[in-house]
Amino acid sequence: MLNVDNIVVSVRNGPDIVRGVSFRIEPGEILGLVGESGSGKSMTSLALMGLLPPALHLSAGSITQDGADVTHLAPHERVRRKCGKMAMVFQEPMTSLNPVLRIAEQIEEAVRVHDPDTDASPRARELLDMVRIPDTAHQMRSFPHELSGGMRQRVMIAIALACRPQVLIADEPTTALDVTVQLQVLGLIRDLCNRLDMGVLFITHDLGVVAQLADRVAVMYAGSLVENADVEPLFRAPLHPYTGALMACLPNPESDDAVMATISGSAPRPGAIPPGCPFSPRCSRAQQPCLSGPVPCARGVAGQTAMCHFPLNESVLA
Amino acid sequence: MGRYFLRRTGAAIITLIAASIIIFGFIHLIPGDPIYVMLGDGATPEQVALLRNRMGLDEPLVVQYMIWAGNALQGDLGQSIFFDTPVTQVIKEGAETSILLATITMVWIILFGVPVGILSAIRQGTWIDQGLSGLAMLLASVPTFWVGLYLILIFAAGLGWFPSSGFPSIFEEGGLSNLRYLILPSLALAAPNAALILRLTRASMLDVAREDYVRTARAKGIRPYRVVLRHILRNALLAVVSAFGFTFAALISEAVVTETVFALPGIGRTVVQSILRRDYPVIQGVILVTVCLYLVINLLVDLSYRLLDPRVELE
Repeated sequence: MLNVDNIVVSVRNGPDIVRGVSFRIEPGEILGLVGESGSGKSMTSLALMGLLPPALHLSAGSITQDGADVTHLAPHERVRRKCGKMAMVFQEPMTSLNPVLRIAEQIEEAVRVHDPDTDASPRARELLDMVRIPDTAHQMRSFPHELSGGMRQRVMIAIALACRPQVLIADEPTTALDVTVQLQVLGLIRDLCNRLDMGVLFITHDLGVVAQLADRVAVMYAGSLVENADVEPLFRAPLHPYTGALMACLPNPESDDAVMATISGSAPRPGAIPPGCPFSPRCSRAQQPCLSGPVPCARGVAGQTAMCHFPLNESVLA
Repeated sequence: MGRYFLRRTGAAIITLIAASIIIFGFIHLIPGDPIYVMLGDGATPEQVALLRNRMGLDEPLVVQYMIWAGNALQGDLGQSIFFDTPVTQVIKEGAETSILLATITMVWIILFGVPVGILSAIRQGTWIDQGLSGLAMLLASVPTFWVGLYLILIFAAGLGWFPSSGFPSIFEEGGLSNLRYLILPSLALAAPNAALILRLTRASMLDVAREDYVRTARAKGIRPYRVVLRHILRNALLAVVSAFGFTFAALISEAVVTETVFALPGIGRTVVQSILRRDYPVIQGVILVTVCLYLVINLLVDLSYRLLDPRVELE
């Protein structure tokens, strides 16, 4: 089990990008992390992996896996740990594989790190079978540029599975892919999650994908989680006005409106986040208390929470 | 691979033909009659007629070029006016020194430029990186002859570790130990070029380190030194290898100065002396051979690039 407690990611000598994010992921569960670009989703995931770029650092909070503290460990420092592992699939399959190494070499390399005693080649083939790559013998000999985007993303997933992860982090893994390929990859992730009893942190800006795939959802805005809920109650009755506004932006085929709904204004940049509720300048429900001071946590039924003074759908509040 | 090789070779041949026309035309760019320029004002009409006839200068230009190029293809680059021996003979005499000098220099450049560039990149922003970058700027901006003179002053005249000038062949008495004569000149020649390769290796490493696939490699849990060697360095070297061809071109022109400072009997010094002696056939011959060498080396660089980077064939 992965437990993330109040982590803060900051630019060195600069503003905070992720401002106190907490969640947990159980085995076999998919947590969808939703937010606009720049909300800190990717930096949260890189912080979990110990892969933050040099300009950023994890300045507070803790990350524990099976009770073991992995907060400040780089991936190679976690290999020998007894606790469960984390692995990650990135957004850009086109650039995430080394262009000069064959697919086999790139997968076998990951296998050898985590299973130094097994024969890497059959295990690599097994991993490619797991991600349903056809004609594995041929694909193993290929170079990345000879594969399509969908195939490359499957290879990335195979590499991630090499460490038998307890939690798979997928950072917008389908954003760069065609719609049909997207569906295949999403189906694959759901299937692997069930089959391997693996937790998944699925990062996306696409609420439609979350509705299809996730068990639980965390909504991120300006570096903070503003709402946490199981997927079904969230879509039925969002508590946070930001979540509500995101849903209002989903295109509705039955509507006669020619113009699609948008949220007015734009998300604040790190370092320029307003005091009080960060969403207050764009929020139609904002009142005086929203503009300063701490924001209370509104609790709905079944563990739904939202950081808001004046939540939507008050009927579901516990 | 075969087609790639043919295409690159074809391009090299076209370049060679263009270069040969320029080299041939060079003798006709001299103001006035090249024969008088070569022989001086005191030449008798008989001498002038003899030389004009011997050099084929009484034929039409196109015919002259065809004869010259045809002979060159058969390995005949004409006669040296000063030595009265075949130009190929003059080049052969200087070749040993120049080839050894260039080879040892390349070894210094690779041994110093690449590893130190890697170190500088790994330690980016630290005092080691800044110190090495400063050293590289110094080496790259100081002229070769000045470095050469200082090397002579310190290691030959002062400490007496290495000889200061000349180079007896390695086939003469002393054998391979005669290579010590080339240590200081090759260091002087290597200094600015190694500095450029250092900077290029560093920049290229830092570029590649930001690539997504390096993050993938880290995410696998590979140890940092293996990420550097297997994922960053291999891709960074693609840019460095292609620079070796240009470095070689720089060596050719800088060798002229170095061979003069260290009084080495190489091709570079032969060219300088031939220019002073107005020995045009030698100058033309040396330039033609140099162009060929340059083309062959760049062809090899292109081919090795193809071996290092599987994507090249498609592009």
